[in-house]
Amino acid sequence: MYKYDNYDQQMVDTRVAEFRDQVERRLAGKITEDQFKPLRLKNGLYLQLHAYMLRVAVPYGTLNSEQMRMLAHIARKYDRDYGHFTTRQNIQYNWIKLEDAPDILADLATVEMHAIQTSGNCIRNISSDQYAGAAADELVDPRPYAELLRQWSSFHPEFNYLPRKFKFAVIAADEDRAAMRLHDIGIQIVKNDTGEIGARYYAGGGMGRTPMIAPLIRDFVPIAELISYAEAILRVYNRYGRRDNKFKARIKILVHEMGAEPFIAEVEEEFKHLKGLNIDAPAAELERIKAYFADPLFEAGLPDEIDRSDPDFAVWLDQNTHPHKRPGYAVAVISLKPTDGIPGDASSAQIDLMADLAEEYSFDELRVTHAQNIVLPHVKKADLYAIWQKLDAAGLATPNLDLISDIIACPGLDYCSLANARSIPVAQKIAKRFADIDRQKELGELKLKISGCINACGHHHAGHIGILGVDRKGTENYQLLLGGSGAEDVSLAKITGPGFDEDGIVDAVEKVTEVYLGAREEGERFVDTYRRVGIDPFKEALYG
Amino acid sequence: MADILRFRDDEAHEEPAVTLDAFLDQSNATAVRLEDGEDARKLIPYLERLALIEIGFSNFGDGRGYSAARILREHGYTGELRAQGDVLVDQIAFMRRCGFDSLAPEKPLDPVDAENALARWDEVYQKAADDRQPIWAKRHA
Repeated sequence: MYKYDNYDQQMVDTRVAEFRDQVERRLAGKITEDQFKPLRLKNGLYLQLHAYMLRVAVPYGTLNSEQMRMLAHIARKYDRDYGHFTTRQNIQYNWIKLEDAPDILADLATVEMHAIQTSGNCIRNISSDQYAGAAADELVDPRPYAELLRQWSSFHPEFNYLPRKFKFAVIAADEDRAAMRLHDIGIQIVKNDTGEIGARYYAGGGMGRTPMIAPLIRDFVPIAELISYAEAILRVYNRYGRRDNKFKARIKILVHEMGAEPFIAEVEEEFKHLKGLNIDAPAAELERIKAYFADPLFEAGLPDEIDRSDPDFAVWLDQNTHPHKRPGYAVAVISLKPTDGIPGDASSAQIDLMADLAEEYSFDELRVTHAQNIVLPHVKKADLYAIWQKLDAAGLATPNLDLISDIIACPGLDYCSLANARSIPVAQKIAKRFADIDRQKELGELKLKISGCINACGHHHAGHIGILGVDRKGTENYQLLLGGSGAEDVSLAKITGPGFDEDGIVDAVEKVTEVYLGAREEGERFVDTYRRVGIDPFKEALYG
Repeated sequence: MADILRFRDDEAHEEPAVTLDAFLDQSNATAVRLEDGEDARKLIPYLERLALIEIGFSNFGDGRGYSAARILREHGYTGELRAQGDVLVDQIAFMRRCGFDSLAPEKPLDPVDAENALARWDEVYQKAADDRQPIWAKRHA
């Protein structure tokens, strides 16, 4: 994986010094809270319901064991002994003191980590495919392109006061594991007819209160112009994106209001001008970065057979591993969704254990997934049983990847100052209702996503089943949505009808799964059946 | 108005800046002021005779002026480019990179803080309107 050189290290060290100075000026009353707010946000520091929250960047979701241990250290030393992995492949801490923040950033900088632009109206952490470099179906590893974008976007002088936040996702496989088209810019690295590598650009996607699927903006941008093209889109957005209403300020609204064609024309015009200005790094820079993402030293001739004699292990093996590009290897997914847990949370001890496993079994690499789980990307099949035993002992072997209890949930009203309703207790009640793993497996792939307000941090628009918490006359109320997807079959979920109370929504989820079981045809997932039969049979069961 | 921080050696331009509309109506003005969101491209035909372009920041959070500044520099404007208004110490390093060479903050900046802010970043990751070499250029020099 990528390693900082002296330049990269100097940049994060300078950022730590800058932020320390900003905090001192704030504490000394030299800058107002209004002036300080965007500065702290650009270091990932939010003021939440109970305390400051710090969001630490995990660029494209990749980290090593030393970095993972640092995340545990921060949880232990500065927080309440746990951290929360997020849908943007980052981690956040919920109980941070403002005075500690500069020291935390200094600690992070010692392991090549930071909180740069993890919030605020700027270009955020670049997300990517959690199986990058390991998946059998990828064209190339997307992470070198994401790293190129990370460096370009860090402290970009023109784009630090955008109308609103701006999120990129970069993938390089047809299977979309990063919800690419639900980002402000989604990039798929592709090959053209003559075999050259380039970028397919989508722009104007997003969730929030006005969900949009990003339209295709350009089918092929030569890789040597990757950055110039991004710059062209950002400039058009910075100049024309709405600033009169923060709820209409995302690029998706601009693309929608202008129309994709006129938007593309503006971008192309800007691109024509910018591409002569030597904005892109030379090919040698991409090659330099790529070298860091070269395959680890995989062993040849490893066996593919796995001893399945322990039935509990076999259940986990079937559910929580993914095919690897090399024989004898597998991708193992550690679920952070135990039945009674909080989706995405992990204790310091669990974070340390995952770091140990990465070091011992996975070439020192881990990934954070947008579904809030952790991946060991390169493990020998022969080691899977030993890994599973250690995970099981630590409460990390829940065999529910992509099943109904593998829930994405936002922090909700338990933590968040924007939320209207709690998300975590609903996730826990659903997980409990479907605790029987055989029942979950019978339901098959079922992506359930819960947001505690219309800002949609829990991705409810992209859930096969989505739940949206709202405030109805002072009480929490939950709307049910069906038919969304953040994958390559991207679609936006539709609301079924009137909402439910906390227990009612759990019953409603159960009812729609029963409709599915009754109506499904051979090989259909929940969302396939929904798409075939439409919403009516589900409505009938819910409200009929 | 508070003091103007200038990063140019030439004499300060004396003529008051006119509005964009007024400028486009008359042929002889040499100083113009753009408000947030006014289209800098309209000035492109006149850049050679302009000595001062002032870009207003009514609110530090409105970043359109950064793009306006870069566009003007990218089209060859070499006169004074001034950021005026809600210009704060934590914005000025970005402003300099986008081509501003004159700062007129509504509220005076603490001179030590301003000096620190401008001196802080030894390296930069990307090309902009200044002549600084990005890190990638140094890596492959």
